[in-house]
Amino acid sequence: MYSPQIILEAALNGLMTGAVYALIALGLTLIYGVLHIINFAHGALLTCAMFAVWIAWAWLGMDPYLAILPLVPLMFVLGYGLQRFVIGPASHGDDGNILLVTLGLSIVLENLLLAVFQSDTRTLDTDYSFQVVALGPLLLSYPRLIGLGVAVVVTGLLWLVLNRTDTGKAIRAVAKEKLGANLVGIDVPHVYAVTFGLGCACLAVAAGLLMPTFYVNPRIGGAFVLVAFTVVVLGGMGSLPGALLGGLFIGVVESLCGLFLGDSLGQIGIFLIFIAVLLVRPTGLFGAKA
Amino acid sequence: MGRSVQNTAFSRRTVLKAGAAAAAVTTTLPFAVPSILRAQTPVVKIGILQPVTGALAHDGDLGRAGAEMAINEINAAGGIKSLGGAKLEMLFGDARSTPEAGTQEVERMQAEGVSAIVGGFASPICLAASQAAARYDLPYLVDVGVSDQIMARGLTNTFRFSPGFGKVTQVALDNLTALNERAGKPGRTVVLVHEDGLFGSGLAKLLQAELPKRGFEVLETIAHPTPARDMSNVALRIRSLNPDLVIPSNYYGEFVLLARTMQQQRIKPKGIYAILGGAASNGRFVKEFPQAAQNVIDCNHWHDPKNPKALALRKAVEGQGKSFAYNVSLNYSNVLLLADAIERAASTDRKKIIEALNASTFAGHIMPYGPTKFVNGQNEGATPINTQIQGEDIKVIFPDAFAEAKANFPAA
Repeated sequence: MYSPQIILEAALNGLMTGAVYALIALGLTLIYGVLHIINFAHGALLTCAMFAVWIAWAWLGMDPYLAILPLVPLMFVLGYGLQRFVIGPASHGDDGNILLVTLGLSIVLENLLLAVFQSDTRTLDTDYSFQVVALGPLLLSYPRLIGLGVAVVVTGLLWLVLNRTDTGKAIRAVAKEKLGANLVGIDVPHVYAVTFGLGCACLAVAAGLLMPTFYVNPRIGGAFVLVAFTVVVLGGMGSLPGALLGGLFIGVVESLCGLFLGDSLGQIGIFLIFIAVLLVRPTGLFGAKA
Repeated sequence: MGRSVQNTAFSRRTVLKAGAAAAAVTTTLPFAVPSILRAQTPVVKIGILQPVTGALAHDGDLGRAGAEMAINEINAAGGIKSLGGAKLEMLFGDARSTPEAGTQEVERMQAEGVSAIVGGFASPICLAASQAAARYDLPYLVDVGVSDQIMARGLTNTFRFSPGFGKVTQVALDNLTALNERAGKPGRTVVLVHEDGLFGSGLAKLLQAELPKRGFEVLETIAHPTPARDMSNVALRIRSLNPDLVIPSNYYGEFVLLARTMQQQRIKPKGIYAILGGAASNGRFVKEFPQAAQNVIDCNHWHDPKNPKALALRKAVEGQGKSFAYNVSLNYSNVLLLADAIERAASTDRKKIIEALNASTFAGHIMPYGPTKFVNGQNEGATPINTQIQGEDIKVIFPDAFAEAKANFPAA
C-alpha cells in the first residue's frame, strides 16, 4: 500500500521519537532498579522540566538545548531533595507508602503547575524546529536526529557512571543487597537520593530534547509516562539497555501503527505489546527473574 | 479566667455590631450612588462573553477587542440617542474556554442587569450560554459559533448574525468548484485531513459525499486527534498519495503543525483549501510562520475588504500590537447591530430589543452580507468568503465583488 521509502521514513521517525521515550524510561527504570519503587511522580517531574525549558526560552531567551546544561544539575538537586527529605522520611520504610507518596507528589506538582500556568498549551519556536536533514531521498527531522544522538550518549554516560565510578558501585551494591551495603558502610539514604536525582536529571535532558518540536501543558507528562512504563516493562524492570532498546522499539511500533491505522489509533500497538509482554515474558527482554 | 471569657464575649459582640453597621452602610450605598449616576448619564449594560483564559484565550481576547471598539465608537458618537444619549457599558464575562464557565457568567450578567449578551466564540459555549440566557428572555447574539444546532432549537432570544456550518460548507464547495474551473481544472484529486472530534469528522463526512458530485476524487481521508503530538505520519501519507488539493479541517495548533510539517517534508500540492480553517485566516499564523502559510486558501468569516470602517478597525487592532482575525470584525459588527436594535426599541426592555432585532435591516456592519434579515434568529444574508495568504497579508480572492487580489491557484 505504501512505498518502501515511506515505510522506512516512518520507521526512522519512530526510532527518533523512541529515543526520547527511552530517556524518560531510563530514569524510571533506574529508580525502580535501586529503590524498588514505581515513581508515579515521574510524569509530573517531566512536566516541571518541560516548563523550566519553556521559561528559559520565553523569559531568558535561552535555546532549549542550551537550557539542558543548567537544568540537569537543577533537576538532580530537586530529585535528591525530594527523595532525601520528602519521599524517604514520609515512607517510614514501607514500599506501599512510597507508592502513595509519589502519587500524592504528582498530584501536588500537577496542580501547582495548573495554578501557575493555567491549562494553556505552550510551544516554543527555534530556527531549527522544522529543519530537515536529507539522507538520500529521506528527509529526517533535524531536532529529532539530535534527540536520538543525545539519548544514546546519555545512556552510555549513565552506564559508565554505574560501572566505572565509586558512586556507581555503591548504587549497584544497594540495588543488589541493601542490608549488606549498609553493613559495609554505604550511606543508603544518600545513595537512594542520588539515584532519584539521576532519574530526574534524565528528565531534564528529555525535556530539552522534546521542547523544540513539542508543546507543554500541565498534564502532558502523563502521556509520556504511560509509554515509559510500557518501555520499562518491555525492556525489563531496572535494566538500562532494556530501557534504551525498549524505547526505540516502542517508538517504531507507534509510528508504524500510526501510518497504517491512522493517528487516532496509533497508540493501540503500544498497549497491545504491553499486555502481550506481561502475559508471555513478565520479566521483559533484559529483566532478571523476579 | 471568668472575666477574660466575659471580655472576649463582649468584644465579639462589638465586632458583630460593627459588622452589621458596615453591612448596612454598604447596602444603602449602592441604592444611593446609582440614582445619582442615573440622573447624570443613563447607562445601558451589555454583556460581552468571551473565553479569555484557557485553550481559546487568544481568540477570546480578539473578540473582546472587537466588541470594545464598537462600544467606544458608539459612546463617542453620542450613545443611544432614543434613550437620551445613554452610554453603553460593557459588562465583561470570561467564559474560560468551557461551556460551564460560560453559563455561570451568563447568570452573573443576568444578576447585574444586562440588556443583552454578545459573544461565546466556540459552538459549545454558545449552545450553553444562549440556553441559559433564554431562561430570562435575555437577547443573545452568537458571534462565531457555527454549529447548526445553535439555531435549530427555536430559542426566541438567540440570534446569529454570521453564517452557520451548513451554509459555510455549501458556499465553500461552490467557490472551490468555481475557482478550480476558472483556473482550467488543475485540481482533481483531494486528500482530506481532519481532527477526529465533532467539528472535523462532521465536515469530512460531508465533503466525502459532496466532492465526488462536483468532479473531485477523494483519495483518502486522514483523521488525527486533538491535540496531535506529531504530523509526520499524516505528511508522509499525503506525500505518498500526491494529491492536487489538501483540504484540512482542524484547530489552530494542529493546522499550524500540519502546514509546517508539509513544508518540512517539501510537500507542495497545487492548493491547500481550508474550510473554517483553524489558522488559515489568522494573522498570528501569517506573522509567525510566513513560509508555511504561503498560498493557503480559506473559506471562512471575513470582513468586506472594501469597507473603509473595516480597514480602520483592522488598523486600530493591529496598532494595539494584536494580530487581526475574523472574530474581531464579527464582534464589532454584532455590537453595532445590537446598538441599532436598542436605538430603534427606544428601551432597555428585553422583549422590545428582541422585537427590534427581528425587524432589523441593519446595514452599517462591516461584513460582506448586505442588509440584515433574521429568519428564526439566523441572518439570511450571512455568507463566508475566500481568503488567501499572499506575502505577509491575508487577501480576499473570491467572490469577485469583494476580491482584493487574484487567486494564486494552482500555487506557483
